This record gives sequence, structure tokens and C-alpha cells, in this order.
Amino acid sequence: MNVRLKIKRFNPETDKKPYWKEYELDMEPKDRVLDALHEVKWTQDGTLSLRRSCAHGVCGSDAMRINGRNRLACKVFVDDEMKTGKGAIMIEPILGLPVIKDMIVDMEPFMAHYRAVMPFLVNDTEPGPRERLQSPQDRERFDDTTKCILCACCTTSCPSFWARGEYVGPAAIVQAHRFIFDTRDQAAEERLAVLNEPDGIWRCRTVFNCTEACPRGIQVTKAIGEVKEALRTGVIA
Amino acid sequence: MVHHHQFDALVVGAGGAGLMAALHASKTVKTAVISKLYPTRSHTGTAQGGISAALGNMEPDKWEWHAYDTVKGGDFLCDQDAVDIMCRDAIDAVIDLEHMGLPFDRTPDGKISQRRFGGHTNNDTKQAVQRACHAADRTGHMILQTLYQNCIKQKVQFFDEFQMIDLLVADGKCNGIVAVCLDTGELHVFHSKGTLLATGGFGKMWKVTSNAHSLTGDAPAAILRRHLPLEDMEFFQFHPTGVYKLGILLSEAARGEGAVFLNGKGERFMERYMPTLKDLAPRDICSRYIYKEIREGRGVDGKDYVYLDFRPEEINKYFAADGNPRRVTAEYMEQKLPDIIEFARVYQGVDPMTAPVPIQPTAHYAMGGIPTNNDAEVLADETGRLIEGLYAAGEVACVSVHGANRLGTNSLVDLVVFGKRGGIKMAEYCAKAAFREIDKAGAATYAQNQIDNLRKGDGTEEPSKIRKSLQIMMDDNVGVYRTGPGIQTAIDHIHELQERYKKVRVQDKGMRWNTDLMEVWELGALLDLAEVTAYSALARQESRGGHFREDFPKRDDANFLKHTFVWKNGKIEIKHKPVVITRFKPEERKY
Repeated sequence: MNVRLKIKRFNPETDKKPYWKEYELDMEPKDRVLDALHEVKWTQDGTLSLRRSCAHGVCGSDAMRINGRNRLACKVFVDDEMKTGKGAIMIEPILGLPVIKDMIVDMEPFMAHYRAVMPFLVNDTEPGPRERLQSPQDRERFDDTTKCILCACCTTSCPSFWARGEYVGPAAIVQAHRFIFDTRDQAAEERLAVLNEPDGIWRCRTVFNCTEACPRGIQVTKAIGEVKEALRTGVIA
Repeated sequence: MVHHHQFDALVVGAGGAGLMAALHASKTVKTAVISKLYPTRSHTGTAQGGISAALGNMEPDKWEWHAYDTVKGGDFLCDQDAVDIMCRDAIDAVIDLEHMGLPFDRTPDGKISQRRFGGHTNNDTKQAVQRACHAADRTGHMILQTLYQNCIKQKVQFFDEFQMIDLLVADGKCNGIVAVCLDTGELHVFHSKGTLLATGGFGKMWKVTSNAHSLTGDAPAAILRRHLPLEDMEFFQFHPTGVYKLGILLSEAARGEGAVFLNGKGERFMERYMPTLKDLAPRDICSRYIYKEIREGRGVDGKDYVYLDFRPEEINKYFAADGNPRRVTAEYMEQKLPDIIEFARVYQGVDPMTAPVPIQPTAHYAMGGIPTNNDAEVLADETGRLIEGLYAAGEVACVSVHGANRLGTNSLVDLVVFGKRGGIKMAEYCAKAAFREIDKAGAATYAQNQIDNLRKGDGTEEPSKIRKSLQIMMDDNVGVYRTGPGIQTAIDHIHELQERYKKVRVQDKGMRWNTDLMEVWELGALLDLAEVTAYSALARQESRGGHFREDFPKRDDANFLKHTFVWKNGKIEIKHKPVVITRFKPEERKY
């Protein structure tokens, strides 16, 4: 099928500001947007720059804004997106992080927020020679938030983050949730304290963009709500 | 300009093996991790089904059984002393991961849950054993996340999005690497006492593959170019269950939970070939019989695929037919295999809960790679001589624990066990060794020349056409079934492509994030690796594990119970190293 891409281009070495450029391609309907971007790169313009690796929605490299919604380019299809975009697929970098080149943004501010919530298990008791025990129910409690691949789709779809880049953002809260509700962890209070700061969780206005954007189907807004509840009540349940 | 850094220890690659090595090395010596991807985007994260360890949480199990299964699965080409280390240490390695925070699925009494996987058996009953420890079907994701989390906790130093181009080797000793900073395009020399390579596989030389775009064998290509050998390159695993045409992996865990193969006539064909383990026979065997069914006209609609059936009501029928009292529900399958069920829905448009899924074998895993001893120290030749200061672990390495065919889950076992051993060994070495002098001004020259030639060239050959041509040629002639003439055709074609590559086109002449240039560099790596793969395959005139020669369909222990070492020094040179055999004498593989 005929596919039109409208791509927001920017090369820091030659361009003063970003511009839109159109490309026409012949693709299979069930080719992915990533395939279309590769087709441009490999047959029309090698300077088109993007991150990608696994190409099946697990590594989280190719998050971008496709027809105004944050998606992994390897997980959406050209026929669907041609319909959504009414005859052309609009592709631009995710919003709220500095653009380096084409789809490539500076991920460091995002990773700094991630690191701020202590995204690692804290348990200073001697574990003994075998595994720590945990019931299937306790394990299930934080299952959803273990799926996060740090693609930044959620955080860069959030109006609160766009308005203020210091806001820790939904991805970091998801990571905090994964440990706060893990019965093996002992640092919930410290994480909650970080999230209680002025640029912490209370900047969330429950817009649900994050949940809509998550390519892993994580109920992000629900997880944020559970962390807010823990802060309000002082009870982690 | 060229930047210079000095660290006691370097780790190149930030998947499971690299992060494990970094966690251990950085405890005692100044360590840096260099990775062309953000660590959490490494391919370890796509491993699905589980990590085996004889914990015995579900039923009796022993690490010695795991070792025997691994050796038999590897068609007796595994070095058995290394296999013993891996299977024995797997138990503590899994417990360590749990202590680090890995959210394994749990049994009702709170222990780590385990499930069946291909080729893993109770050696007394010969039946499948529940040995694969898992976190749903994203075990690799959880391992990668957990290791990265612990690196943050331990403040490990990372150089993210730096790509290795060259290895600094002089007088048989390694002094570090040269890498490109992808953001600036500038070269960085990392001078070190110890360097551990953990860059993963190189499956992108095939068209239908489960491998990420980034799996281009950067480190093994650099090894070849520094006139060092690679081991057992003819052994590459074709996983039986790739999504048709795309190659995306559908975990063997599906069969561990009861799924079966069906041919175009709806027959459960594996029970004809492997009456005991049936659909849970090792991967090389399943892939060969899938193609046998297809070649004999029993593919679906006469095409080149078969079905993987994991509809719950069908699985329950198969269980009943096998006399297995177990039963599953759709809810259970969705809980145990959420990702692969979604892959089938998204990428194949098929709901596996109501319809069988079209699958075909997909190029998946390199059993071969950079030769190492049991402490991840890299070998300079077939006699076991070492390259001082150089280590390798994970898929990029060939210890060899996988022999001619890797058992499912053992990639994850390999990378945690040998990543740790390598990290510790390298740290011990760095603590007592001194920095060797390097020619600081000239250190980056070889890498700089490679990059400059590509950037400044005015070539006309389109890299994507060369890449596609290579991939199709490898699928057709160096795949599941191979013949001498077919492999020779591939070699001749690779040589033509290497000639065309000398005139390759790079459109992007810029410095910053020049992914055009880096992809072309990676293509050069793949061409070199494909060449040594094909030559190694041509020389092995027998069939063993993942290497099946139609013109030599039998295993030939008298002539080929030995490892291949291949060099590319102007011409291809092949030598051999004996297999370490301890307890398990080679026998016919029956399942």
C-alpha cells in the first residue's frame, strides 16, 4: 500500500530549527511504522536518525510521537496509522526531553528521575542460603509495575511533565511502586518521602495520558493512585 | 578529537553477562561499562521462559541431571568440566538473583516457581522436569532490570551509547578498547588492565531471526580483525517457534506449559519422531522436524510454516492423551505467558487462546563465539594459551557450555554464572597487575581509519541491499539444513558482497548520532562473521546439534568430536581443540 510519512526532522549540525518533511513509500499494510522508518533510512535518506533495537516492543528504544500519541514504532502498523492520520502518518520525537537529532532525544533527565526513587531492592537482613519467601498473592501485588521497560512513553505524554521537567514523572513513580509494594523491600518510607517532595507525585493531575501511552499495558494512573493513597494514609496495602 | 580514559577494568556490553561482571568487578577495582545501548535495552531483556537451576522446588531434581541434559542437548560437544560449573553454580546464581530483588513467580508455599522446558529431564524417569525458574514470560527482562537496578545501587560507572570499534591488543595482551561516542561521533580510547567483552550475539546475518537490530557481533568482529580466533562458529541455534515471517520469538515456555506443534494435516508430528519428550525435545531437533514436515508437503496450506497450538482446551486434550492429570485454563495461560500471547495477537493477528499460531524456525543463538576457559579468560589459540587481560562472557563467548546446541534457559544460566566468574577473575587480575604502556597517539588510528574511510567515501553500493542479500543467502544456505555446495555458494556470495562493501555508500557525513555510518560499520562486522561461520560449516563434514549437513547426515565422533577454531588473517585458517569429556560418554541422542 502507499504510505505517506510526515517526519519532523532536525539535524543539530545543519539545521537551526526542526522542519517537517514528507516521504512516500510502498509498504505492506501490516508493516510496522519502524519498518517504514527503516525503508526511508535505507532507500531514501540515510541521515534519518532514530534509536531502535529489539523491534518487538520489549527493549523500549523506539518510543516516538506517532499521529500525536506516544507509541513504540515497532508496535504499530502502517495501515492503522494511515487511517488514524487520515492519509499520512505524523512522526515526531517524544515531547519534553531535549531533541538531539530527529527522533533521538536526551534521555538523561528521564533517567535521573528514575534513579531518584531508589529503583532497587533494599533489604539489609541476612537472607540465608535459600530464597526469601513471598506468597503468590504478595508477588501479584506489584506484578503490573514490573513490566516497565523505561521507554519514557508515559512520562513524555504527561502535561505536568511538559509544564515542568523537574516533575519526577509517571515512569519513576511506576518504578517506585514496584518496590514500595514488594513485601521483601524495606525502603518504602524513603521512596515515599522522595515522592512527597514539591516535584514529586502531587504534580500528577490524573490525566490518564500515561496509561493510554504505555506500550506494556501497565495501569500507570492506577499505580500512581496507589502510591498517593499510601502517602495519604501512611499504610502500604 | 580523541578522548582518553583509564580504568582498571572495562566491561563492554551491558546485558546480563556484562552487568553481572560489572557488579562483581566494581566491588574491588575501578570499573567502567561501555554499551552501545542503554543497558536496559540489551537483548537479555527479551529472554522469556526461564532460567534453569536444580532447586528442586517442585519435584526432585539434581544439578548433575541438569549437567547431563546440557551435554546431551549439546550433542556431546560441550566441555563437561565447564558444564559442571555452570549447572552446580546455577543454584546459587538464581538464589543470588532473588536476593537482589528479582520478582520470580512463586509456588503456593512462597518458593521460586519452576516449569518444564525443552530437553530438561528427570534422568531416572526420562520425563520432563520442572527446572526453569521464571517471572511470567519476561524472565530475561526481570534479570536485566534487577542487575541494572543493582548497578545503580552500587554506583557502577556507565558510558551509555558508546560503541566499541576496536580492541587494543599488543604482544598477546589486551590494553583496552576504542569506542565511538554515538552522540558526538568522537573516538574514545579506554585504556585498561582488564577488558571483558559481553556484546551478545550476531544473529543479524540471517533474515528470519529473533535477534535485535543491534546484534551485529561488534566485539567478535574486532577479535577477528586483531588476528585472534573464534570458536565453533558453525553452531548457531535456530529456535523452532518464531512468529511466521518476522522471526519474533514465542518462548519454549509455551510448550513447557503444554503447547504442541501441529502440521498442515493437524497432526502432532513430534510424537512420531521423539516419542518420550515429544514437543519438548531440544530446539535443534524440533526445528529440523518442522522443516522435514514442510519439505514433505505437510506445512500449513503447503506453505513454509506449521502451527504452535496453545489453545487451553486442546492442551487439555493432549494432557489427557499423555495420561497427564494436569489441566490449564485460558486465565492461567494469560497469567503465565502474557507477553508471547500478546506478540501473537499484535504481530500475527492471531489469538492463541482460540486459534493455532503460525510459526517457523528463527535464527536465535550463537553457541560459538570468543573462546574462553572456565574463568572467562580469552584463549589466543587452540592450545589454551591466554590473551592476558582479556575476558569474555555470555552469548559472545564460547566456553563451551552449549556445545552444538544450547538447551532452553541455559543462555541465562551461562550469563549469570560466567559473567560473575569473569568479573571476579578480571578484578583479581586488575588488583595485582600494572597498566601496560600504550601508544597513546596511535591507539585510535585503526578505528579512526575505519570510520574515516566510511564517512569520506563516495561509494555507490547501497548498504541495505548488501545486508539483505547476505541475510537471504545465509537463510538459504547456512540455515537449519546445509550442504557442501550450498555453503560454498554462500561463501562465494559473501566474498562478492565484501567486494561491493569496499564501495559502500554512507549518506550521513555528520558527526552526531550518525546511525547511518554505524549501521554500515556493523554490516562490515556481519560480513566477516558470516564468512567465518560459513567456512567453519563447510569444514565440519558431519551433523551435530544445530549444524546439520544433508551430505553428511550422521554425527561422526571419530573425526569431529572436537571444537573448531577459525582465524581470518588474509586467508581463513581452521584448527581444532579437543572436547573435555568427563562423566558422560557420547551416545545417540534419543528423547
